[in-house]
Amino acid sequence: MPVRLSRCEHVTLVRRMPSAVSEARSGPNNNYIGEIMRQISVAFLCLIAAACGQKANQSPPQGLSAEDGEFQKHLQEQFLDAKPGTVIEIPSGKHALDRVLTLRANGVTIRGAGQDKSILSFKNEISGPEGILVYGNDFVIENLSIEDTKGDGLKINDGENITIRGVRVAWSGGSQTSNGAYGIYPVKSRNILIEDSSSWGASDAGIYVGQSTNVVVRRCHAEQNVAGIEIENTVNADVYDNVATGNTGGILVFNMPNLSQAGHSTRVYKNKVFKNNVANFAAKGAAVASVPAGAGVVVNSNSKVEIFDNDIADNQTANLIISAYFSTNYYNKPGIDPNYDPYPRSIFIYDNQFSGGGDSPDGLELKTLKVSMFGLNGHFPDILWDGFHDEKNLVDGQPPAEERICVKNPGATVLNADGPHKYKNPKTETALFQCELPKLPPVDLPSHT
Amino acid sequence: MKLLKQALLRAALVTAVFAGFLLVGCAQPHPAVHFFADGRPQHLSEWQVVYSEGGRLQPNERVVPYDLNTPLFSDYAHKFRTVWMPPGTAARYSSTETFDFPVGSIISKTFYYPRAAGADSAVLRTYDQSRDFSGRGLDLSTVRLIETRILVRREHGWEALPYVWNASQTDAELARTGDEVSLELVASGEANERFTYVVPNEVQCAGCHVADLKAKSIAPIGLKARHLNRDYGYAGGAENQLTHLQKIGYLADLPALGDVPRNANWRDAAAPLDARARAYLDVNCAHCHSATGPADTTGLTFESITASDRHLGICKPPVAAGRGTGDHLFDIVPGHPDDSILPFRMNSREPGVMMPEQGRSTVHREGLALIRDWIAAMPGQCGV
Repeated sequence: MPVRLSRCEHVTLVRRMPSAVSEARSGPNNNYIGEIMRQISVAFLCLIAAACGQKANQSPPQGLSAEDGEFQKHLQEQFLDAKPGTVIEIPSGKHALDRVLTLRANGVTIRGAGQDKSILSFKNEISGPEGILVYGNDFVIENLSIEDTKGDGLKINDGENITIRGVRVAWSGGSQTSNGAYGIYPVKSRNILIEDSSSWGASDAGIYVGQSTNVVVRRCHAEQNVAGIEIENTVNADVYDNVATGNTGGILVFNMPNLSQAGHSTRVYKNKVFKNNVANFAAKGAAVASVPAGAGVVVNSNSKVEIFDNDIADNQTANLIISAYFSTNYYNKPGIDPNYDPYPRSIFIYDNQFSGGGDSPDGLELKTLKVSMFGLNGHFPDILWDGFHDEKNLVDGQPPAEERICVKNPGATVLNADGPHKYKNPKTETALFQCELPKLPPVDLPSHT
Repeated sequence: MKLLKQALLRAALVTAVFAGFLLVGCAQPHPAVHFFADGRPQHLSEWQVVYSEGGRLQPNERVVPYDLNTPLFSDYAHKFRTVWMPPGTAARYSSTETFDFPVGSIISKTFYYPRAAGADSAVLRTYDQSRDFSGRGLDLSTVRLIETRILVRREHGWEALPYVWNASQTDAELARTGDEVSLELVASGEANERFTYVVPNEVQCAGCHVADLKAKSIAPIGLKARHLNRDYGYAGGAENQLTHLQKIGYLADLPALGDVPRNANWRDAAAPLDARARAYLDVNCAHCHSATGPADTTGLTFESITASDRHLGICKPPVAAGRGTGDHLFDIVPGHPDDSILPFRMNSREPGVMMPEQGRSTVHREGLALIRDWIAAMPGQCGV
């Protein structure tokens, strides 16, 4: 078959040649040969190019309409061809896609017509697992929605100068374990601004910044996720003017072991964190599976964290939880880097508005603790501390001044749950936390105005 | 006038020679391999690396086939791999990294299946490749070609181009945005397994072939000493592939074979279980799960040099697995494959849970069994 096809092409080529010769007769001499040679080589290349040419049998992907299939193909090509300065416009409409959009270029902007207008739906995704996956610097994504991805909605790996603005990531079925892990997920990146964005239904964390440096998360909304907003192993983060409600935990500042950097220096302020009481629907073993339902703000194993001027209300385990890695169930000797610091250090809590909450803690141990200490109708204090100190570090029962947990929040008390002794001697503490720490400087994002 | 006559005569002569060459061109000696220094040829045939002719897929002259000790699993597809280098050039040996290939090098990998009886979509799930070859190349009456991927070393680095074969199996067309092919795997005594074979798009190629996230450059994966150090049945008889490449001038600086690392063949029951499992994890996982790869966010590495401790996932809590944990606490729990995340994710076909994340739509049963056996035999426990 292919041989025959080649011959067909071949005959055409041979027929063409005498005319090339006759044209050559009327021109100046040595160029004839050049011209003939050129034509022959052009024809020859054509022959090679067309050899055995038949269209490949590409069909529109299953599960997508022909129109969506074409849209996806065109969009994929734009992602493939993107280079610095490229703006990829996502038109209005709900567009079904079945595989991840991957970008590997610097200086690209992806722009929709509005987060309620330009919707990329990955309900039928067969290859991903993300919706949009970005490897690149100087990246902007704005004004669009990403729905129902099998994995993370938007993941940005190892980027510098990242702007995420007006992006909504949602799972349309609400809080479900089968949803993707993270909504908006920059990781190992530097200089990140996430603003006016939202995440709904992530089975791990809605807005999750991991192993990054210099981060601002502001004016965002997180709801129906396990963790609303999570800052993990990140250095220098400002989280403010956000709303976290209807999650399992509202705003988390965590440090996990075995990773590229330990996080520190996060300020959580002027946020509204209320009614985060959704039963934890993360798969067991997932990083946030240990977060009790009804957690407002949680600091785990992180250091230099400042929590101030927030409205934190009606989170039924506690409005604010400070804990060590030992309280997560994951601690084990062979699996954890011996250099990992499992303790929260230098935590400063001040001027927050607390109300309600602590009245129906999650988990049998905490429930029992609450009833035994505060009665059936009582409630935990606003701040719950699991009680783990770095014992080696204590001087007169106190950590060094610069490493203490300090609370300067009129009316707020702290429950020491006595985790190290299996909750045997819990008590409310005040004196232990009467201190102040130097305030952290604001995060400076050099690349953003 | 005399000059003109001479010129015409020369022109006629050249034309005759060319015409003659063209007439025999398709029938006998094939046009030479064509290195495109840039651009994206629309058809695989333009490269002239492998070509479909006379009912066979054949490698061109100086296009050398090769196999790996332990290959990447790709939905039970068989793979016909070739390498070509411009005359007079050679790759430089490295004991650990991909060999340093000269500009102009072209690597091809053709994914195909032995056909099963019945519909065009029915293909065999088998490891037997012996019936795929008829003399030289693949017998297209017995196999179905799906795609051929070209990796070409250009001046500025490697580039990846995916081509999808047409229904009549005469040529493959560039598919920059990938493709999807409906297939069903047939094995005796079992129900057919339907699946969608996913041809990656150009950027997804980079998903595996950018092994160094900082360098951001594409590189071949298989053409490393430890993968290639094995025999191949060449037309002239079996020979170690590295020795062969050196003999034909394709490989410089090869040390004595005794000093060349060698991954185990994962299917070699005589090889130690640990060596087989580590070879499998190396080629299936380490392009992402390395100190420099895109999964360096996880603290989990599967390189051949990774120590057998938490870096390999032993008792290590997951970082960003989400529901990929399958309700398990650690990547590997020694002695307990059912409690380990690694085999759970290998056993999934669902994006967001499955590992590897791309390149497969089916579960690799035999690979999964190997990793489960390996974990079951592993000593130690995850205690405090």
